[in-house]
Amino acid sequence: MSGRFQVEIDPAYCKACRLCIQVCPKKVLAQRADGKAIVENPDDCIGCQLCEWHCPDFAITIKGEKKNG
Amino acid sequence: MAKQLVQGNEACVEAAIAAGVSFFAGYPITPSTEIAEKMAEKLPAKGKVFIQMEDEIASMAAIIGASLTGAKSMTATSGPGFSLMQENIGYAAMTEVPVVVVNVQRGGPSTGTPTLPSQGDMMQARWGTHGDHPVIALAPSSVQETYDLTFEAFNLSEKYMVPVVLLMDEIVGHMREGIELYKPEKIIDRRKPVQSPEEYLPYQTDDSLIPALAPFGQGYRYHVTGLIHDETGFPSNSPKVIEGLVERINKKIDKHADEIITYNSFDVDDADVVLLAYGSPVRSARQVQQAARQEGLKVGLVQMITVWPFPHKVLSQLYRQTEATFIVPELSLGQLADELSKSVPREKILRVNRNDGSLITPAQLDAVVREAVR
Amino acid sequence: MNYKNYLRWNKLPHIWCPGCGHGIVLGAFLRAVAQRELNKDDVAVVSGIGCSSRAAGYVDFNTLHTAHGRAIPFATGIKLSRPDMKVIVLTGDGDATAIGGNHFIHAARRNLDLTVIVFNNNIYGMTSGQFSPMTPHINFATTAPHGNFDYPFDLVELAKGAGATYVARGAAAYPRQLEKAIGQGLDHEGFSVIEAMSQCPTYYGRKNKMGTAEQMLKWQKENATVSSNPGEKIPLGVFVQVERPEYTKLTGQFIDSVSGGK
Ligand SMILES: Cc1ncc(C[n+]2csc(CCOP(=O)(O)OP(=O)(O)O)c2C)c(N)n1
Ligand code: SF4
Ligand code: SF4
Ligand code: SF4
Repeated sequence: MSGRFQVEIDPAYCKACRLCIQVCPKKVLAQRADGKAIVENPDDCIGCQLCEWHCPDFAITIKGEKKNG
Repeated sequence: MAKQLVQGNEACVEAAIAAGVSFFAGYPITPSTEIAEKMAEKLPAKGKVFIQMEDEIASMAAIIGASLTGAKSMTATSGPGFSLMQENIGYAAMTEVPVVVVNVQRGGPSTGTPTLPSQGDMMQARWGTHGDHPVIALAPSSVQETYDLTFEAFNLSEKYMVPVVLLMDEIVGHMREGIELYKPEKIIDRRKPVQSPEEYLPYQTDDSLIPALAPFGQGYRYHVTGLIHDETGFPSNSPKVIEGLVERINKKIDKHADEIITYNSFDVDDADVVLLAYGSPVRSARQVQQAARQEGLKVGLVQMITVWPFPHKVLSQLYRQTEATFIVPELSLGQLADELSKSVPREKILRVNRNDGSLITPAQLDAVVREAVR
Repeated sequence: MNYKNYLRWNKLPHIWCPGCGHGIVLGAFLRAVAQRELNKDDVAVVSGIGCSSRAAGYVDFNTLHTAHGRAIPFATGIKLSRPDMKVIVLTGDGDATAIGGNHFIHAARRNLDLTVIVFNNNIYGMTSGQFSPMTPHINFATTAPHGNFDYPFDLVELAKGAGATYVARGAAAYPRQLEKAIGQGLDHEGFSVIEAMSQCPTYYGRKNKMGTAEQMLKWQKENATVSSNPGEKIPLGVFVQVERPEYTKLTGQFIDSVSGGK
């Protein structure tokens, strides 16, 4: 089953700073071997966009229905 | 046309307005202050902007910003203020934004002699800002010439996309003469881009080497930076781009030097002695030269109108042709004479320097001329 | 419009270090712009010199990357010539308050309609970590190896004292609040200052043993607050929002009265 939100991370822009991982309240994100962020638990995403707003590199896009309509 | 009695600084303002100046930013400083004062009085009445900035650095910055929107922009200052403007004069040279900077020279260094004339900024006008850069500088020797050359300064800056310095001096700025306040025949406006916004590259040039910068806010969105940039306007560290840009902005002026450079020569063809001057010393020089000719002495005069680019070609040709002795009267310790020595042997140059805040009098010059023709 | 459409994607990734707060501030700024659907052609973004000032190159407007400290007077020329354009200044704490401090206070005094976003990382990032006028007392920098004995500016107080009519502070750790603070600044007519706390892990963080970007962000989150009772914490929010005649309007009225509307 796929969640209501899609988390897209473009590795071409990710600089492996881990900020997104830290701010995600649902532990959706993790680090891959080279340090860049990946989506580990996509179904847990609640679409809060904190990761996107905290990503200094514009590497993250949250798609799907917005919270609160 | 009837002549009107006008002060040099006022003539500069009148010409700037006739040339279409629409933005003036400045900071008061003797002996250029009347320019700011007259601008403050006249520009708003024409629907144009005058702003007194917090210093000369800001004044220079503001006129570049205004010019980027397409406005003909200008500032005026004197020695210490000219020093403060240097950083952004370099910025205008690098980004190829046309602006006119009037420097009514006073004695330096530092605060020096605020109310007394000098020509101590000739080298600063050329090399005041860091790096290899282009500049054009023009020097009037009378109120009428101030009027004429102020137009010319705007025209040249718009044509070549370069900062132009009007190198006045306290004497020319403060004296009053009857002049014609005519309407300029030819007003040059900067080129417009020929490409569509999608295809536009701000720093792409044709054979002229002159870019066509679109005014900000007209649909051409691009980037302007004082960093080395490529044709797109964005920074680059490529050795090729670095070399190419610095070469182009300088060549842009060198290539058109013959068109840019103007001078007046009087009785030089058979001269044994040639007086070389710009700015207020031209006045004494002309008087001495004419008197000498009347006595049958073979004395000529070259009045430089364009100080930068320097008329080396003209002067070295003249030297080869006449082998004359050059007498260089100037209100500095020898900035003009030193530059001349690149095209005329040092031993053929006689210096007449004055840096005590007084004029070079005809008598002072006459004595040197007589010595030389003997 | 999606805020990411205001980026010049062909210029990304940007030059900023991993975890640098400047990208977060830039994102908040662009979301505020996107919400207002500003037309790219009608916006000029002017910056000075510094890591933060590189932001101008990444956004798809009329952009001008000027000289160190001089963004505001360049912007002044643009705004006065084109009062209809939205003119935004992106600058650093050093750029705005050291070398550009004089320009900053005078533009505030005039109440010129500029939106000035000061990326405050409390250090000179671009030149590798010298102290700035906003480096806290006794903190470390490469030019303050024994601790900085200068006392810093409080930018909010400085802007207020100089006459800015909108003054706010936000932080990278509170991107939503920052976006709102910037947005209100964009809406405000007059000189608007938004101090945006940003982290420089590479120099400020390292020199002051603040750890990684993550740890610095956490520090910000814990030491700055949006609460109206901030206590010892750094207050975030809008501190000044007043009406005062705006400079281009005044200039326009003055020109009309002198020229008889010609
Ligand atoms: C006239 C001048 N002086 C000094 C410098 C060197 N310089 C470049 S950026 C900078 C400081 C930038 O600090 P800040 O504005 O706080 O921006 P940050 O890099 O921290 O984002 C300095 C001192 C310069 N470019 N120009
Ligand atoms: S949107 Fe929120 S929940 Fe989803 S990944 Fe990002 S931070 Fe986590
Ligand atoms: S915040 Fe952005 S740059 Fe940093 S790890 Fe996450 S995706 Fe990568
Ligand atoms: S040096 Fe500091 S301010 Fe500059 S990009 Fe790196 S982290 Fe950011």
